[in-house]
Amino acid sequence: MRRPLVPLAVAAGVALLLVAGWIWPSARVPLITFLCYGLAALGLTVLLRAGQVSFGHAMYAAIGGYGAGFTARYFPGTDALVVLGAGVLASAAFGAIVAAFVTRYRGIFFGMLNLGISMVLFALAGKLYAWTGGTDGLRFERPTFLGMVLDRGEFEYAMLGLVAVLATGLGWLVQRYFVSSAGQVMLAIRSNETRLEYIGVSARAALAQGYVLSAVLVGLAGALLALEQNLVTPESGYWIRSGEYVFIAILGGSAHAVGAFIGAAVFEAIKLGAAAYFTNAWQMLLGLTLIAVIFFAPQGIVGCLRRTPKARAPLDHGAKAAKDQDTVPATGHTTKGGSHDSLSY
Amino acid sequence: MDLNLILLASVDGVSYASLLFLISLGLTLICGVFGVINVAHGSLYAFGGYSAATLLAWLTPHTSSTPVMILALFVAAAVVGGALGMLLERGLLRFFQDRDPILQLLVTFAAFMVLEDLQRMIWGSTPVSAGDLAGRMGTVELGGVTFMNYQLLFVPGVALAAYAGLQFLLRHSLAGRQIVTVIHNREVATALGINAARVGTLTFALAGALGALGGALSVPMTSFVPGLGAEMIVTSFAVIATAGLGQITGALIAALLIGLSRAMVVYVLPELEVVMPYLMMVAVLLVRPHGLFSVTAARRI
Amino acid sequence: MKLLAQFLGASAVLLALSGTSHAQQARPVEIRLGMSTFMTGAASVLGAPAKAAADMWIEDFNAAGGIDGVKLKPTWIDEGQGADKFLSDYRRLAQEPGEKVMISAISSGYCNALAPVAEDLKVVNILWECSTEKVLEDRRYKYVFRTGPNGTMEMVAAVLQLLRTKPDFKTIAVVNQDYAWGRDSWEVFRNTLLALKPDVKIVAELFPKFGAPDFSTEVTRLQALRPDVVLSTAWGGDLDTFLRQASQRGLLKNSQFILPLADSSLERLGDAIPPGVIVGFVGDGYFADPEYANDPETRAFVQKFKQRTGAYPNFAVYHMIQALKATTGAYKHFLADNGGKWPSAEQLATTLRGSEYRGLSRPIRMREDGQALQGQLLGITRKDPSQAFPLVGQLTFYPADIVAAPVGQKSVEWVKSLKPDLVQNAQIKRVGN
Repeated sequence: MRRPLVPLAVAAGVALLLVAGWIWPSARVPLITFLCYGLAALGLTVLLRAGQVSFGHAMYAAIGGYGAGFTARYFPGTDALVVLGAGVLASAAFGAIVAAFVTRYRGIFFGMLNLGISMVLFALAGKLYAWTGGTDGLRFERPTFLGMVLDRGEFEYAMLGLVAVLATGLGWLVQRYFVSSAGQVMLAIRSNETRLEYIGVSARAALAQGYVLSAVLVGLAGALLALEQNLVTPESGYWIRSGEYVFIAILGGSAHAVGAFIGAAVFEAIKLGAAAYFTNAWQMLLGLTLIAVIFFAPQGIVGCLRRTPKARAPLDHGAKAAKDQDTVPATGHTTKGGSHDSLSY
Repeated sequence: MDLNLILLASVDGVSYASLLFLISLGLTLICGVFGVINVAHGSLYAFGGYSAATLLAWLTPHTSSTPVMILALFVAAAVVGGALGMLLERGLLRFFQDRDPILQLLVTFAAFMVLEDLQRMIWGSTPVSAGDLAGRMGTVELGGVTFMNYQLLFVPGVALAAYAGLQFLLRHSLAGRQIVTVIHNREVATALGINAARVGTLTFALAGALGALGGALSVPMTSFVPGLGAEMIVTSFAVIATAGLGQITGALIAALLIGLSRAMVVYVLPELEVVMPYLMMVAVLLVRPHGLFSVTAARRI
Repeated sequence: MKLLAQFLGASAVLLALSGTSHAQQARPVEIRLGMSTFMTGAASVLGAPAKAAADMWIEDFNAAGGIDGVKLKPTWIDEGQGADKFLSDYRRLAQEPGEKVMISAISSGYCNALAPVAEDLKVVNILWECSTEKVLEDRRYKYVFRTGPNGTMEMVAAVLQLLRTKPDFKTIAVVNQDYAWGRDSWEVFRNTLLALKPDVKIVAELFPKFGAPDFSTEVTRLQALRPDVVLSTAWGGDLDTFLRQASQRGLLKNSQFILPLADSSLERLGDAIPPGVIVGFVGDGYFADPEYANDPETRAFVQKFKQRTGAYPNFAVYHMIQALKATTGAYKHFLADNGGKWPSAEQLATTLRGSEYRGLSRPIRMREDGQALQGQLLGITRKDPSQAFPLVGQLTFYPADIVAAPVGQKSVEWVKSLKPDLVQNAQIKRVGN
């Protein structure tokens, strides 16, 4: 993974995807799906840098999807890119509201609160039949693409091109963010938040910023998936899907933005391979892979490839280091989940 | 809503709450002892239900006595749940003991994925139920409405018995005291000669049996299908997060709150029935960041 | 760069090759059937028997020579895996090269989603089971057909049956599954009922979620309300659970139940269904239908199916056979009319439109809008010593012409225009004694 190699490898990869999509029309949909999963996992990677895991982030995919769906449905003639923008805007707005609350929490409670909010949205999307189409989801007509009326095959190819460009561009931007000072603050939240506060940096503000960024990335992935199928369903926001996104982010590792896409590629490969050979056991294979990754390579595939001395597991800040450190009375908020690991009867 | 309806709704709410409490109990126990949220607990619920139904189906030609069948529910839950709980701790979580709680949660999520497929391989996907058992216990009239004794008396009774039994165990039995000691301070407990590893396995077996018991008790009332475990686990997450992780009495109260509010809402705003547990959890956590009954502790820097 | 050049070269060759497929329709080696059903989840109760029936029927059909020597080759998609996975699988099958017909889907939600896709890909798609009438009413399709009845026919016939059985009731409650079919079928039922009997009071509309594990709050509420009639268009595991809990708590003693889709649950539930419940057959396929019980083809099929699966065919099985017979019949018809020339997808669609075919019961006609006209059979449960589960007696047949919205009309609007004298229409006839 030396510097000049990365852009070259990425460019070759994108070219390869586009050519494959051109030759095999039936490969377009799986390729789009893979890139969207990668984008969503990239959003989770942003939080992972700060040592936080959200078990409800698929809600932003659903919000992005429904945002796109409502726009396409109620404003017929809207262009695909505007529809996409509406979905992203919706998830950014909702992400900002949620960030105001959830950034007070860390660790398990951060994950759980996200899960709770996502389940509320999931249940409502399935229940409010008159507005959302219920569990069958919301269907909409295929919009124009940059003003062109395309048939299905052309539209899929255009989508593939768009997703490839977005994935590359955003991947690069997010990597820039990782090495920027704001991104370094996220790393510091992971390693020692209290000391961060002592030097006058607001961890909460940095985390909120990262949270909105991650909501936008997942929302974009959700809107793209909805657009590609002309359908958005509540399932896209179910907690199992959130878990899959976390899984991919862990699998790829948070050391570099490209990890999310490597993780998504491995994830899809396992799924496809399992579907071909063990039709009923793809979940089982994924589960076993996850256990193996956490055990052998907690810093993910990218972390393994890098092997820099600094590389450490995204979440291994806690237990061992904490033992020989002093304790001070808590103020109730921003505790790193100290108050919950005791049984009370 | 008149008084009569409120009463009826409460009856439904209490029977739902007792089931919810039974499932949440094992989850919160593990949380208290290990600081880990065990996602695979949802699978334990499903395995308990399926194996109880299998055992009952096998028993039906041999016996027609209701007590034997009820006993079969408990046996299936204790054996299957206990064994799976132990297996999870010994075969998996022990290797991740010193990792971050979130990583441990992910490991249990992976175990959940494996168990879900395993369950589909064993029991397939057609609905499984043991309907006639609930009918054998008869019915009772309340306010002109017929309720099943099974739901009205038996399940809440078992839930209360489990609560009281666990309280007694933790306060007055040697194993229970050891568990409490390990929770408070693992190092000191080990220095005192308590085998912390064995206590961990025991806790997991107990929690697994409780989760499976929840499933075994629901199988006479509902049809089990794949995916039920995933539903149950998030609902019980909501219960234990509302209560505060590791709170046993808190879980009882939170389960009642959620059960009752859900039953009431069916009459007033049926659209919100499914959302209730999560609304409750989010509302509580926004006001009390660590749940209703949590106690603040020292934080480590 | 060299790699890229190789790729582009390869793609040019492939494009040139694919250009040949637009030429004259050659006789294919086999017809690929892209079939979908629920193999997992609560809905597999309906889906799995239909799959077994299709596999059995195709096996026999191929053994008998297929369509003029061309065999059928089914590929199955599981509808239980979620919308996005289902749709990408569907699209993959529909885009594969070669001769293919899609026979999909069982779920109303998927039918709504896949109809425009099939039309886009110009591949013939038979909606073999889903009932939602909206698919074919909201838009005119060239390639999409439904070979069985739609929700409007089923619901209008159910209302007529209810009014003929229990003309003087005052209150009704509904417990339907919370998804497209549950909501749409209630909309049609409600509007039909209010048009034919305006003084009815609707006392509760309950929509428990699809696959709900527990109906006790719904049962409690119904017992407190004591409606004269309880309607449920639920099916499969949901109907099983609901009926079991309702019958254990004595709800069926106080209210007249009407279950238009209960045909598929009778055998499983046995004694949980008392005598006197109105049951529908979602069409007119019933193994104990006195007019067809001794029809040689039907009898042979029912016996073989019972042997293989241990159960009598449910309505999904009948619909599956109808879809297969309509499709293969259209092929045979075209071959006979065109001296053995093989039809393109477009010609197959044209042949299907207006065709007449028979499943395992009364003849069916395909309308020009792609909707089949199939009559409805309803009856009332009764104990019978010959079986361990209730049989259905007092069978009444409602011909499709009087219960279907005319071509080009929206069902919901059409049923509002119905008049109360429809209940006594002379075309409605009793079946058997």
